[in-house]
Amino acid sequence: MHIFKDTNFNFLRWRWQAMLLSALVIGAGFFVILTRGIPLGVEFSGGTNLIIRFTAPVSEDQIRTALQSIPFEVQKYGEPESNQMLIRLPQTQQAEEAGNLSADVPKVDQLLKAANMPAFKIEGTEIVGPTVGAELRRQAIYATLLSMLGITAWIAFRFRVSFALGSIIATFHDVFVTLALLAFFGYEMSLNVIAAMLTMVGYSMNDMIVIFDRVRENTRLQKREPLETAINTSLNQTLTRTLITSGTVFISVMALFLFGGEVLEGFAFTMLAGTIATTYSGWFIAPSLAIMLSSKPSAAPARAVADGASGARAKGEGAGGGALEQPSRKSKSQRKARAT
Amino acid sequence: MSNLQWKLALCAAVFIVFFGVGVYPILATRYNLPAPGWLSDRQLKLGLDLKGGVHLVMRVQTDDALRVKTEQDSGRLQEELKRRSVPATVAIQDVTTFRVDGVPPAQDQAFRQAAEQESIDFERGTGTNGSYTFAMRPNIAQALREEAVVQARQTIERRVNELGVAEPIVARHSAADQILVQLPGVSDVDRAKEVIGSPGMLELKLVEQGPSPSREDVLRTTGGVVPPDMEVLSGGREAAAGGGPMYYLVRRVAAVTGQDLRSARVQLDENNMPAVGFTLNASGSAAFSRVTGENVGRYLAIVLDKTVQSAPTINSRIAGDGQIAGGFTQEEAQNLALILRSGALPATLTYLQQQTIGPTLGADSIRAGILASLAGLLLIVAFLLVYYKLSGINAIVALVMNLIILLGMMAYAGAVMTLPGIAGFILTIGIGVDSNVLIFERIKEELDAGKGVKAAINSGFSRVFLTLVDTHIAGFIAAAFLFQFGTGPIRGFAVTLTFGLISNLFTSTFISKALFEAVLSGRRQVQALSI
Repeated sequence: MHIFKDTNFNFLRWRWQAMLLSALVIGAGFFVILTRGIPLGVEFSGGTNLIIRFTAPVSEDQIRTALQSIPFEVQKYGEPESNQMLIRLPQTQQAEEAGNLSADVPKVDQLLKAANMPAFKIEGTEIVGPTVGAELRRQAIYATLLSMLGITAWIAFRFRVSFALGSIIATFHDVFVTLALLAFFGYEMSLNVIAAMLTMVGYSMNDMIVIFDRVRENTRLQKREPLETAINTSLNQTLTRTLITSGTVFISVMALFLFGGEVLEGFAFTMLAGTIATTYSGWFIAPSLAIMLSSKPSAAPARAVADGASGARAKGEGAGGGALEQPSRKSKSQRKARAT
Repeated sequence: MSNLQWKLALCAAVFIVFFGVGVYPILATRYNLPAPGWLSDRQLKLGLDLKGGVHLVMRVQTDDALRVKTEQDSGRLQEELKRRSVPATVAIQDVTTFRVDGVPPAQDQAFRQAAEQESIDFERGTGTNGSYTFAMRPNIAQALREEAVVQARQTIERRVNELGVAEPIVARHSAADQILVQLPGVSDVDRAKEVIGSPGMLELKLVEQGPSPSREDVLRTTGGVVPPDMEVLSGGREAAAGGGPMYYLVRRVAAVTGQDLRSARVQLDENNMPAVGFTLNASGSAAFSRVTGENVGRYLAIVLDKTVQSAPTINSRIAGDGQIAGGFTQEEAQNLALILRSGALPATLTYLQQQTIGPTLGADSIRAGILASLAGLLLIVAFLLVYYKLSGINAIVALVMNLIILLGMMAYAGAVMTLPGIAGFILTIGIGVDSNVLIFERIKEELDAGKGVKAAINSGFSRVFLTLVDTHIAGFIAAAFLFQFGTGPIRGFAVTLTFGLISNLFTSTFISKALFEAVLSGRRQVQALSI
């Protein structure tokens, strides 16, 4: 059975449209993030999360009235029939310095008891002081960035510097698109979301190595073929594989998203968004960038340089990428003629 | 045996070993099957986020340990100066520095000798007008801080063990002065915090004056000032009982401290209230009996964490046993006995992070997580069967073996299963499916290009092998960085990922190939492959 047989899509033809689309999504994402901010989970922002299970249904408003004397946020948690509420309180530096990080918990307990609510039990608490929050945030970011740099170095060593640059930019693209989608849908950054991001970075790099590997093989076989053609051929050859892999991951993560419960929801959503971003950038962003950033003397026609400012940028980045690279320009029509 | 038989035997051996370590103990616990102890001890453990329990991160206030050192050394210098009759005042400035003022020029030499003898660990500043500052040497301060954290960790570990928690974790945390405590299955976070965080410093001190209802009253006979070798302490228990606190003038140096304790236990006092009885060790007993023998009729203050718990009259010489009474509840008495048994903390603790996961909450998320993962896995299996037909079975065997090996490796390494660990599992499944798909698609291409079945399979595996090595090494690099620079859950993810990559490389290239060879081995001419 074949999903696709002998396809010949010209992925690279759509690169400007693709980049425009990505720029729009990322731009809109940044707009949302800048205006609303990325909501940080309690482990990064510091604060107190209480999960309270009531014996009878209660509404958010009932809790708002009961706790009106203190600052907090409330939302339903878990299955509706479990009558669970998540209450979140901000944490102050003073509380940590005074050493009574957990002072808020008995306060909430008392206020709820005083408010004539149904009987309840505090199922879970999570209290994070601001120090740990900042530390976890910093470490999570460092760890992610450094692991991305490590893989980039590996790709540069095994393939070409331009491929490595293309893949790291594409991976950043995936991270930004995922962040943008998280921001659109109001999911908060937690350690689980970071774990999902890491998984996604892993898939993204995996995808690109598979494609680049095929490109390397094809350029070895057909030395005279321009890089652009080689990349397009490779993308088509690996198309079925990419679809199946992304598809199966998407399916299993969709199962997590639908049935995995509250705790896994943010994780699963990040993976869903990440899988889409990764597959898309593996087809349209990473190969285009790799071409724009590379130009070998022997493969001069493969160089894709648009006119104006973006061409100058690509040239600058390409020159930074490796000493071997020499910029050369071909007219658009000439390039098109060779590619088809 | 032929080459192929060796390969299949190896596959079977790998299956038996990893199934035995990773999967069988779980099944054995669940269905009450017999399992040897050494095997079930290695069973894959659930992390706190799945099992429920208390997670605490605390900072050891290492300044406390430095302050004690500064106090001790400056005190010793003061005594030495007194002995050499050098009229100078010693004052503590901050946790690591103190200063000496008013050294007469004529006695500068004597002062220097005293200082060299008593405060080696401090850097002496150049004196101007008989004033000197002493700053603790940085390496000494560093060593003291380190020691305080190490000691605090050991003390906390003893206390946690006394609490009787199964499989607790007490470990140094990311930053140098932080300690992580995880108590699976514990839900009473307040008791845990009290037991872990109480300083637990027991001192028995002779009362020189008091008890009196006010501080001024205690100091009446000494003219309103506290003599240098004494201090005023207040009682805590009386205040709680209704009246104001009582004040005691006691000697600064304790007759006996908690370090001389051999054991502590809950018992009843003469009013049938819970109290804590203690027994001193040999040197403690000797000191205690001497002090009590010499001071019959006086009060002996039992001081816990700078608060007088009780101050009974010494009726006679007491050898090795004493009692701390003070209107405790049963639980308070139990906690105190436990704290005293495990020794004092070298420094106070402040809590930075606290997490309690109720057992239902953890159970909910693990049930949902497992159900969802199984549903996803079933969908993948169904797809592989439909799309790759009989070869799909091959991929499924490789995938299941992959998971079994991963579970076995995690169990053997004593890794803990957490939510980010599950993320690592999903990444492994994804990469496993990817490896198989890459190989199968390549085999299809080779078949389409007109190669024979065996040749297509061989070249499919050998061509893709290089790709797989590239992707897997990239994965290892990422995991190494995450492990090196990440904390708890991110490290858990990195560990799972590393194991997953190893097992996947083995299952997708070796096991899968061996299966193909086994199926095709009997036939001389293979016309078509079900793929």
